[in-house]
Amino acid sequence: MKFLLQRLAFYVFTAWAALTINFFIPRLIPGDPVTSLINKFQGQMSTEAINSLYVLFGLDKNASLWSQYVDYWGQVFHGDLGLSFTFFPTPVADILKQSLPWTIALVGITTFASFMIGTSLGVVAGWRRGSIMDGLLPVTTFLSSIPYFWLGLLAITLLAGPDSFFPSSGGYEPGLVPGWTGSFIGSAIQHSLLPALTILISSVSGWILTMRNMMVTVASEDYITVAHAKGLSERRVMVSYAARNALLPNVSGFALSLGFIVGGTLLVEIVFSYPGIGYNLFQAVGAKDYPLMQGVFLVITLSVLVANLLADVAYLLLDPRTRKEG
Amino acid sequence: MSAPTSTITAVTPEGPEVPSNPGVPAKRRRLRFIANPKAATGLVVLAFFCLIAIIGPWIAPYDPSARSSDLIQPPSGKHWFGTTHLGQDIFSQVLVGTRGVMFVGLLAGLVATALSILIGVSAGFLGGAADDGLSALSNVFLVIPALPLIIIVASTIPSAGDLMVALVIGFTSWAWGARVLRAQTLSLRRRDYVEAARATGESTWRLITFEIMPNLTAIIASGFVGTVIFAVMSEITLAFIGISTISDWNWGTILFWAQSQQALAQGAWWWFVPAGLAIAVLGTALSLINFGIDEFVSPRLRSSGHTKVKTKDGHSVRMRVGFTPVLSSSREPVTPVVRRRAEEEVA
Repeated sequence: MKFLLQRLAFYVFTAWAALTINFFIPRLIPGDPVTSLINKFQGQMSTEAINSLYVLFGLDKNASLWSQYVDYWGQVFHGDLGLSFTFFPTPVADILKQSLPWTIALVGITTFASFMIGTSLGVVAGWRRGSIMDGLLPVTTFLSSIPYFWLGLLAITLLAGPDSFFPSSGGYEPGLVPGWTGSFIGSAIQHSLLPALTILISSVSGWILTMRNMMVTVASEDYITVAHAKGLSERRVMVSYAARNALLPNVSGFALSLGFIVGGTLLVEIVFSYPGIGYNLFQAVGAKDYPLMQGVFLVITLSVLVANLLADVAYLLLDPRTRKEG
Repeated sequence: MSAPTSTITAVTPEGPEVPSNPGVPAKRRRLRFIANPKAATGLVVLAFFCLIAIIGPWIAPYDPSARSSDLIQPPSGKHWFGTTHLGQDIFSQVLVGTRGVMFVGLLAGLVATALSILIGVSAGFLGGAADDGLSALSNVFLVIPALPLIIIVASTIPSAGDLMVALVIGFTSWAWGARVLRAQTLSLRRRDYVEAARATGESTWRLITFEIMPNLTAIIASGFVGTVIFAVMSEITLAFIGISTISDWNWGTILFWAQSQQALAQGAWWWFVPAGLAIAVLGTALSLINFGIDEFVSPRLRSSGHTKVKTKDGHSVRMRVGFTPVLSSSREPVTPVVRRRAEEEVA
């Protein structure tokens, strides 16, 4: 329990840091691009909306930095992230609410799958060091050196097309209305296959490599020799003795690299015009829509923190040593 | 492309795997790193890209921005990599673009490595409150997704040139290195030789630079290479989504134009394949160097080589996980009995 509380405190601290970074970025930049945007939409915005943008971007030069900071926190806690300029006049929070499920589904499933596949391949590669499995390493290294988005482009060219089973863009058939209907879900799955495959191919090799190296390290431990000496079957030694212990650093590595994977996924979404957060970010960057950009950053960071917390719980379940202290 | 390409956890030097002939001079040992085929391949490819980065703009057959009447031509003798929608020569764009990519990658790598040494080593060496504070700082930077942060910072800065992009990437991607360095420094700082140096009254500064740092070289090097990979990827991504200035050519800019001009729909594969391959080859080369460093430091990770060994009594033993093949140069083959029994049992 103590471990979990410590981690929780750390995540709260990180969330605070992320929000504070978010607060300072627009204030440190000379000139204010937001003012010109506000002027552009002058007639169409309510005073309230303008006020909230003033608070978010520190346009009110009369207020002290501290009061700006307090106002900013108050606003973020109410879920008010300002108005988006790209999708004027929709609030940023509404846009993100719409696109977050897409990203979470895509990233969640693919990351989990790639972790599972990569780890099991890594176990075998590490255990049978020097066999053909080692030939896998250069191949996967090459695959992982390819940027996510480029692999996506390639996948679209080779596999998608007007006649192909794989659609080249979007999250579902344009005619369908999002909902829990069979045809919609089927179409959503069909559209997610290619992006998912892209992410899977580029991210799996990281897991293979770390797992292999951990296996090699763990396999020289005394308890492995003991297990061998006891005459346990090869398989049992590999899975229950070596892999189980080699897995621990991989799980904590999993938590740490989540932010990295999410970054890559954003790009895949951009390439496939997938209706998730990454595509929002792309649109926001193109239109210099700062409120939307900041909102995307906040949401991504907070989701990664939550995912990290989940990984910590998994670690807790896997490693009895952390449980004992409480 | 997940964060750590290196998995070094400890740099306790282990004995050489290959039998060192008594007659071979000690000089050859120094070249052992280069003798590693992975590292050697990586270094050669990296050197090639560095060369292109320097001479690229001079050997480019065309001005990368010059338009011509050959619109969207497939590769030919005249245009090796084909042309764009404005008739620009893609081969020249790739050549000229190499400089920006290498510059940003190396500069960001240097900045991040310097920061990680500063923060990681001082956290590990000083301990106490300083350690707590600095580790919390690096953990925060580790958990916050770097790419969105880089995108936001770079797009808020009015003119994001190469230098600016390199600095932004450098200042956001030092955390992993700092974490690894801290862990290693922690394990080094109580070693006997450090204690001995402390006892002779050496200053903290001297302890860090002359006693600790030399033993961190491998970790620092692999951290540097890892950061360069990340920086190159991030920079190309920034250019690809159109944040950094489009007037500077780099591989991401080429991909940006290919994407925005619907190169895919037009079947113009030559537009984005060369740049993408260049990225992949550079990334692979850097990863290979890192594998080389890893294996240099921890010979157990080596994959190639003699896993099948014929012993003197005619048995053939496959060296397996859990023990580093040590081929003794003496007549008597060294074969652990326990292992061999296990081996036969499986077979």
